[in-house]
Amino acid sequence: MADSTYPMPGSLAEAPRQRWSQAAILEWLHSWVTTVDHKKLGILYMLYSIFFLLVGGVEAILIRIQLMQPNLHFISPQVFNRLFTMHGTTMVFLVGMTYIFGFANYLIPLMIGARDMAFPRLNALSFWLTFFGGLLLYYSFIGGGGLYGQGNAPDVGWWAYAPLTSRAFTPGHSTDYWALSLIVTGFGTIGASVNVVATALCMRCKGMTLMRLPLFVWLNVVTSALALITITPLTAAQIMLLIDRYLGGHFFDTQAGGSAVVWAHFFWIFGHPEVYVLVLPAFAIANEVIPVFSRKAIFGYPAMAAASVAIAFVSLGVWAHHMFTIGMTSVGNAFFVLSTMLVGIPTGIKIFNWVATMWGGKIRFATPMLFCTGFLVQFLLAGLTGIMLSVAPWDWQLHNSYFVIAHFHYVLVGGIVFCIFAGIYYWYPKVTGRLLNETLGKWHFWLFVIGFHITFDLMHIPGLLGMPRSIYTYEANRGWGTLNMIISIGGLIQAVAVLVFAVNLVWSYFKGKEAGNDPWDAWTLEWAAASPPPAYNFATDPVVTSRRPLWDLKHPEDPDWKYE
Amino acid sequence: MLAKCFRCVNCAARSLCVLAVFLASHTLFAEGPSSTPSIFAPASTPASSIYELSLFVLAITGGIFVTVAGLIAYVIFRFRQRGQDDVSEPAQIYGSTQVELAWTVIPVLIVVVLFLTTARMIFAIQDAPKPKSALDVTVVGHQFWWEFNYPKLGIRAVNELHVPLSSPQDPKPTFLTLLSADVMHSFWVPQLSGKIDLIPNHVNNLWIDPQHPGLYVGQCGQFCGVQHAKMLLRVYVDTPEQFAAWVKNQQQQAVSDDRVAEGRHVFETQACMNCHTVTGTAATGRFGPDLTHLMSRDTLASGATTNTPENLREWTRNPDTYKPGSLMPAMQLSDQQLDQVTAYLATLR
Repeated sequence: MADSTYPMPGSLAEAPRQRWSQAAILEWLHSWVTTVDHKKLGILYMLYSIFFLLVGGVEAILIRIQLMQPNLHFISPQVFNRLFTMHGTTMVFLVGMTYIFGFANYLIPLMIGARDMAFPRLNALSFWLTFFGGLLLYYSFIGGGGLYGQGNAPDVGWWAYAPLTSRAFTPGHSTDYWALSLIVTGFGTIGASVNVVATALCMRCKGMTLMRLPLFVWLNVVTSALALITITPLTAAQIMLLIDRYLGGHFFDTQAGGSAVVWAHFFWIFGHPEVYVLVLPAFAIANEVIPVFSRKAIFGYPAMAAASVAIAFVSLGVWAHHMFTIGMTSVGNAFFVLSTMLVGIPTGIKIFNWVATMWGGKIRFATPMLFCTGFLVQFLLAGLTGIMLSVAPWDWQLHNSYFVIAHFHYVLVGGIVFCIFAGIYYWYPKVTGRLLNETLGKWHFWLFVIGFHITFDLMHIPGLLGMPRSIYTYEANRGWGTLNMIISIGGLIQAVAVLVFAVNLVWSYFKGKEAGNDPWDAWTLEWAAASPPPAYNFATDPVVTSRRPLWDLKHPEDPDWKYE
Repeated sequence: MLAKCFRCVNCAARSLCVLAVFLASHTLFAEGPSSTPSIFAPASTPASSIYELSLFVLAITGGIFVTVAGLIAYVIFRFRQRGQDDVSEPAQIYGSTQVELAWTVIPVLIVVVLFLTTARMIFAIQDAPKPKSALDVTVVGHQFWWEFNYPKLGIRAVNELHVPLSSPQDPKPTFLTLLSADVMHSFWVPQLSGKIDLIPNHVNNLWIDPQHPGLYVGQCGQFCGVQHAKMLLRVYVDTPEQFAAWVKNQQQQAVSDDRVAEGRHVFETQACMNCHTVTGTAATGRFGPDLTHLMSRDTLASGATTNTPENLREWTRNPDTYKPGSLMPAMQLSDQQLDQVTAYLATLR
């Protein structure tokens, strides 16, 4: 790694270290609660995301223990249903939707040479809305029974199909906590998305044209634009649900002529683009990590940006592939088969471009790159099982089976979580001034990758053998027992890996190797700032002339702007 | 190096898994019903068509996987950094229109092929004409059991669906009309066909033409509440003689046996009859399963346990023993009442 730093106009040579004194603890806490600094809010988002990753992980482990053998009585069916509902809701809304804004908040202003986000106070409001939305959801464990006494978390599945959510079938308040918390976090997401789009469009430093924007920023703009479109139908559906439950509405009340199918449409018009809202920021991370560790510029920058926009656009027209078994017409089914398969084309372009970026490079397998390599292979496979699921007749078999569970965990864990880890290993030194420990990082990676493959490779098979999702137990003679046992063991290995990661995060904060400004010899603007960057990021506005401003500084004999 | 080794192992392991599934599907459950409802052991036209389509899609996606994963493995091995001291930067390449065009066009062609094959299969299965010889059954999903009405035969069966064997020479497919009485459910018997949801206020259809007699298992495929897991499905494919005998029995009124009059009295004076029907008696409840021919079924509580007098007694005493959260309440019957009502129910053949 390069030890020398390349002074960007306005960057500080040295990181100012935080002074710590016991007396200042209240002031310190107060500064975190009232902060409007994009970096502090980014850190808060990330801590929140990691915290709920651990909580959702514990829920997953309890689920896996219950499923280890047929007819186990580790937890009751009621508790099991709450756990898988909370696991899904937590991982999608409290982990997935927050890691996006953790990275985006921290990095976008640094990458575009700005001093903060466009709307700092909206930024803080958005975080705290999301924060309280999460608390509201988890308060249901204590308060979900409301006046009826005992606690009762939501147990209708994270997709919450009507009419199971009507008061006739789910009395008590657990479903209300679910709906309200998603409305509140939804507003948080909308605020944060507006901010990301506005920042990237309006706050760029001199010379940072849209065609020079780091792909990380490009993809986050696409993500946020997509989030603005998709959160709206979800919020609308939640409001309709609450009207049904408390104001005598009949939107989804099938007993009074309402439609269960309409809920499914609303939910998946949100739910499918949501997948891309979650995965595009993961691509964004891969777009930064893969070039830097391959020592090459990203291959086909315009195609990468265009493919992201194409994915977002096509993803708005594929939602009903979640509903092939709901009884649409054959023409309707065929339409959604085609639109779904089309998503594979821009996604394929991205995978090929990443491979082409690595082609001819000198690939350094530090921990961030290890995670990105795992991501590449796993995302390829997740895409291919996605094609299988898009084949509607086959989906009639696979839908709601463990094959689907395996497929989307391949996307969400094998794709997104791997990229989150890559991103954390990559930018942790920028945020804290210290590198994460590489030995622990390698342990984390190998344990996680082994656990992941034991769990999710094998999980496809019970689906093919007829095992549906959402069941708290299964019959002994179905032949699913051994597979489920091994799958659960893989889950425990992943849990150990995540603990190693948590230890690494804490240990490296105090004892990690000093990072300097640019530990990875990287090329985007954030590496020109100090580690950690001062509140104002850059003392004077930087000026850039290409997509890789630091490459130009390091290689004045062969700068990028000659080729762009 | 490590990364590369891992890729190879990973690759091999994955191929082995796929191979194992295939071997299993071809040897263990080659033909006819199995207690493991594998989608690779089809026994009815829709399931077989899907199986063939799935092999085609597996071949294409498998080919893509081997090609691209092979490429990734090669890149990882070939272009890894060799030696820490090698700090010179590789040649920078920014893109190539020709190459990028090629890897856009090839996937487009693959999509065209996959789409056309899939669309053909959708129409073939979903819009298949209904022959005159077809049997009609209306399936109604309940929390957490199945009701099967045979409108032309005047039968109302529960949890265990009986259908006639079909063969190419003598096609006797069964056409299902699917409804729900409460929340969404899904009818899934993997060896016979793909699944279709049962939705209140929304009529769905499905057809099967089972080619081998025997018992096919499946279960509810859409989360429907506390006991979704024990909303099991059993489809009995009967030979023509078996089916005729079953129909004849189901069309009878309930057996009336004076020796169990006390049990019947308990049944009709407690809340039992509010939810259950026993034809020819005062019990006409529709909320729970019809019990007219209870003892003709192999299982209780939608497959939660086998139908023996002991299990029946325990189920009546406390349904939570087999199915915690089921909607049947424990009626707090005395031991004597339990014995009497069990004796009564045991006569309902």
